[in-house]
Amino acid sequence: MDAVYFLVQQMMFFSIPLLIVALGGMFSERSGVVNIALEGIMVAGAFTSILLISLLQSGMSGQILLLIAIAVAIVTGALFSLLHAYAAINLRSDQTISGTALNMIAPASAIYLARMIQPNGVQQVQFTNTFRIEKVPFLGDIPILGRLLFQNAYITTYIGFIIFGIAAFVLYRTRFGLRLRACGEHPQAADSVGINVYKIRYAGVVISGALAGLGGLVYVIPTSTNFNATVSGYGFLALAVLIFGQWKPLRILGAAFFFGLMKTIASAYSGIPFLRDLGIPSDIYKMVPFIATLIALAFTSKRSQAPRASGVPYDKGLR
Amino acid sequence: MSKIRKSLSSMSASLVAILAGLIAGFVILLFSNPSSALKGLTTILIGGWNNGMKGVGQVLYYATPIIMTGLAVGFAFKTGMFNIGATGQLMVGGFVSIYVGVTWTFLPGGLHWVVALIMGAAAGMLWGMIVGVFKALLNVHEVITSIMLNYIALYGINYMVKNSHLFDSLKNQTVNVAASAVIPKAGLDRIFYIAKGRLNDPSAVNAGILIAIGLAVLMYIILNKTTFGFELKACGYNRHASRYAGISENRAIITSMAIAGALAGTAGTLMYLAPASGMHIHVEEVLAAQGFTGIAVALLGMSNPLGIIFSGLFIAHITVGGFYLQSLKYMKEIIEVIIGLIIYFSAFSLLVRDLIAKIGKRKTKKDKQSSKEVTA
Repeated sequence: MDAVYFLVQQMMFFSIPLLIVALGGMFSERSGVVNIALEGIMVAGAFTSILLISLLQSGMSGQILLLIAIAVAIVTGALFSLLHAYAAINLRSDQTISGTALNMIAPASAIYLARMIQPNGVQQVQFTNTFRIEKVPFLGDIPILGRLLFQNAYITTYIGFIIFGIAAFVLYRTRFGLRLRACGEHPQAADSVGINVYKIRYAGVVISGALAGLGGLVYVIPTSTNFNATVSGYGFLALAVLIFGQWKPLRILGAAFFFGLMKTIASAYSGIPFLRDLGIPSDIYKMVPFIATLIALAFTSKRSQAPRASGVPYDKGLR
Repeated sequence: MSKIRKSLSSMSASLVAILAGLIAGFVILLFSNPSSALKGLTTILIGGWNNGMKGVGQVLYYATPIIMTGLAVGFAFKTGMFNIGATGQLMVGGFVSIYVGVTWTFLPGGLHWVVALIMGAAAGMLWGMIVGVFKALLNVHEVITSIMLNYIALYGINYMVKNSHLFDSLKNQTVNVAASAVIPKAGLDRIFYIAKGRLNDPSAVNAGILIAIGLAVLMYIILNKTTFGFELKACGYNRHASRYAGISENRAIITSMAIAGALAGTAGTLMYLAPASGMHIHVEEVLAAQGFTGIAVALLGMSNPLGIIFSGLFIAHITVGGFYLQSLKYMKEIIEVIIGLIIYFSAFSLLVRDLIAKIGKRKTKKDKQSSKEVTA
């Protein structure tokens, strides 16, 4: 049973950032803009917020510092994604172009800035992790569930779940969500009934930027104590989770947890007696999530349908 | 005529993007250390020439794999697919070529490296073809398959390297390939060198660059002069129309990805079989960067194989310039920022093209008016 608790707690560290970023990608793609820049935006958000933590940590620590960092990560991501929004929406450019550009600019400038700002020109940004919650009061004492979710956790885990709830609600139960989906399916029709397609798409991209920026921070905090201008391909994985999740919140949740579980097994299998005894090398475990995804997709994708207008620049003149 | 004008205007859009990116880079240099900013900019622009002919050779050497990955991305673009998996295809091709290079020593000297190259390309082709098959027959998005295959390649190769005779456990990398499997220098080392006393200090350039350029020209011919290439492009432009015209969409997707994979696989062989310079597969959990640089190369070259030669050379040129930038106390990462900015500004191409067209129109109008005035 201890192994199960350990697995679930670890799984959150991998699943939650994937969930947050993939939900972000969902808002962008459902509005009709492919956002391949998730990786770069994650790096940007993680960089500014971790840098802030490393600068402020001598004076403050714990949850307050983390909350400030979260705000910074969100703002950074939102601002950085405006570059993508402008190129994709106003300039009607190929959406992979600006996405690729952002993916190149973010890590390179993170290294550049880190080496400029920090003494001795060090490129890693060090921070002390003071954010782990041993046990949430009251909730941590609930049998089973308490140990699964409310011990040895981070506040970001709960934020992830809250974002999931809000995202699902906004997408399906609000006027904005309906308009967003309309712009991703048939922007001309949406425009003809008076929806401002440009505005909605801007909103979609900026939400995705905010969530991706946050996801960058959420990924780095529990898994490392320094930031080295990379989120190890998590932005691309989130893109895979998004497509695997069929652009739908609940399925994205499932896909994120599937990936997270596989990742956890790959990184922590030596701590689980049953898996250790099998004697399978770690590289194989690391391959498993990707192979499993491919197989799952092969069987489920026949009827898969991306938002119809995603990736297509909206041209008012074509209405 | 209109074709020439069209390619000229798209080229000028790329040039405008390069100019804008360099200006932005200059501004960054100014902010970080104003006193040597101008010197920094010239260092970037001079690129390889900073170190005479050897530097130029280094530019060609760095350009070789990224021209190939650029082709791999650009070729798939032409069929309407985004090949983000060039890095995985490159690693698979590289691994197989190293395997052949180390193991198949029974092959005669002149043939060994050629066989290794072909096997590497074939491996890359198979890896790319998986993406095409998944897309065409199972309707799986090419981006997700490519991303999955990148990581499968990465961990799979790490596993195979670690558990085989290819592994040098002290250096945590693959062993040297046999001398006969190394790509020959084809006399290029006698052109691109600098004299050091009585000795020549040659650059690492080798026949790989000739192969890369040759393949780019071949891709240009396939895309622009053959029915097959036309069919691929037709699928890229409008899938439904080309199906209506009797083109097999599935076949186009699979062959296009197979060719793209073979190109990226060749990039891997040209990288890992290059002479000297210690090109080994290191056992680490990082995807080869050349695959992603290829996306930038393809975008800047407008997915045109000939354009890709130049954009690959250009990116290699300023990357080498970045190495020399470090002597001015600048960080070499600025080059990647500049390349990213150039790509970003190339997204403005539509705007630039419209602007150029507008200026052109106004000019012809004016010409007409002035000629009218003359006749009046």
